Amino acid sequence: MTIIEALTLFFLAIGIIFNTLGVIGLLRFPDLYTRMHATTKATTFGSVFTTLAVVLYSIGMFAGTSDSQFIVLGIHAAIVALALAFTNAVSSHAIARAAHRSGVKPEQAVVDRLEEAGL
Amino acid sequence: MIDSWTIAVGALVVLILLCIIRLVLGPTAADRTVAVDTVNTLTIAAMVILGLIYQEVIFIDVALVYALLSFVSTLYIAKYLGGEL
Amino acid sequence: MISFLLTFILVFVLYLILTAGSGTIGVWSSSEIIAGFILALAAAAITKNFLCRANNYRMANPARFLLIPVYVIGPFFIEVIKANLDVAYRVLTMNIRPGIIRISSGLKSDLGIFMLANSITLTPGTITVDIDEKTHDLYIHNINVGEGDELRPVIEDRELFALANLPAWIRRIAE
Repeated sequence: MTIIEALTLFFLAIGIIFNTLGVIGLLRFPDLYTRMHATTKATTFGSVFTTLAVVLYSIGMFAGTSDSQFIVLGIHAAIVALALAFTNAVSSHAIARAAHRSGVKPEQAVVDRLEEAGL
Repeated sequence: MIDSWTIAVGALVVLILLCIIRLVLGPTAADRTVAVDTVNTLTIAAMVILGLIYQEVIFIDVALVYALLSFVSTLYIAKYLGGEL
Repeated sequence: MISFLLTFILVFVLYLILTAGSGTIGVWSSSEIIAGFILALAAAAITKNFLCRANNYRMANPARFLLIPVYVIGPFFIEVIKANLDVAYRVLTMNIRPGIIRISSGLKSDLGIFMLANSITLTPGTITVDIDEKTHDLYIHNINVGEGDELRPVIEDRELFALANLPAWIRRIAE
C-alpha cells in the first residue's frame, strides 16, 4: 500500500465517522438549533472529506496510469466539494432564520437576544 | 481498494435511512427540513463515491447539479416557513 | 460594463474547468470552446447585476481574492477541525448550554458579512440565525454559552474564535 492509498483510506474513514456523528446528533439532540449544529458542521465536514478522498484517489491513479479520465474525475469532485461547503452553510442560515420567525424557540436556552430584539 | 469504497457507500445509505427516522418524527416542519437537507448532503457524497466506483464522470456532474438544485429547494422551503413567500 | 466582463470571465473559466480533457486545443475541443463562449455571453447578460450588486470592484484585485484560498486552507481549517471535535464531544456526552447571543462585527461590505456568517456557522459551536440589517450585528446560536456571557448584551466577534483571529483575516480580505 502506497502512502497516497493510506491517506485516501484515512480521509474516507474521517468522512464516514463525522457523517455518523452528525446523524447521531440529528437523532439525539433536544431541539432544532442544537440539531442544526450537528448536521451543518459534522455532515458538511464529513461529506467534504469523503469527496476529498475521491480527489486524492484520482490523483494517485493519474500518477500511476497517466490516464486523463482520472484527472477529469478529480477536478469535478473538487468542484463538488467547494459547492457543498458553500451551499450547506447558506441553507442552514436560511432554515435557522425561518424557524425562528415561524416561532420555534430554543429549548433549555439560557439567553435569547433575538427574541428580546424582536426582529 | 474498491471494496472500501463500496463499504463507504453502504454506510452512507444506512445513515440516510437513519435520517428518515427524524423526518418521520418531526416534531416541527423546520426539523423535517433539516433532515431533508442532511439526506441531500449524504446523497451527494454517495453519488461522488459511486462515480469513482463505476469510473463515470457523468455521475459526479449529476451530483454537482443535484447539490445546486437541492440548495435552491431548501432556500425556497425556508422562505415558505418564514412566511416571506 | 465591468460587471458584465467580470461575470463573463468567471462563467467562461468555470465552463472551461468543467469541460477540460475533451479535445486537442490545449485540453479542449473547438466545439466546447465555442459553446462555452456563447453560453458565458448569455449567462453574463442575464446575471451581471447579481454578481456585482454593490458596484464595488475591490474584489477584482488579485491580492484580495488570492488570499481567500490561503484563509480557507490555513486558519479557517484549523478552526473547523476544532469545531468538529467539539461537536463530536457534545454529541456523545450531551453536555450543552445553548442560547442565542448578539455579536458585533463592525464589518460593512456584503462579502465581509457573508464570509463572517459562513465562518461562524462552520466553526466553534455556533450557527448564525439572523442579522440586524442596520447595525450589521449578527445573532448567533451558541451551543455552549460561556459563564457570564448571557448577561452581556453584545459580544465582540474575536472572542468566539480561540485559536486564530478569523475576523482580522476577513477584514483584511473584504474591507
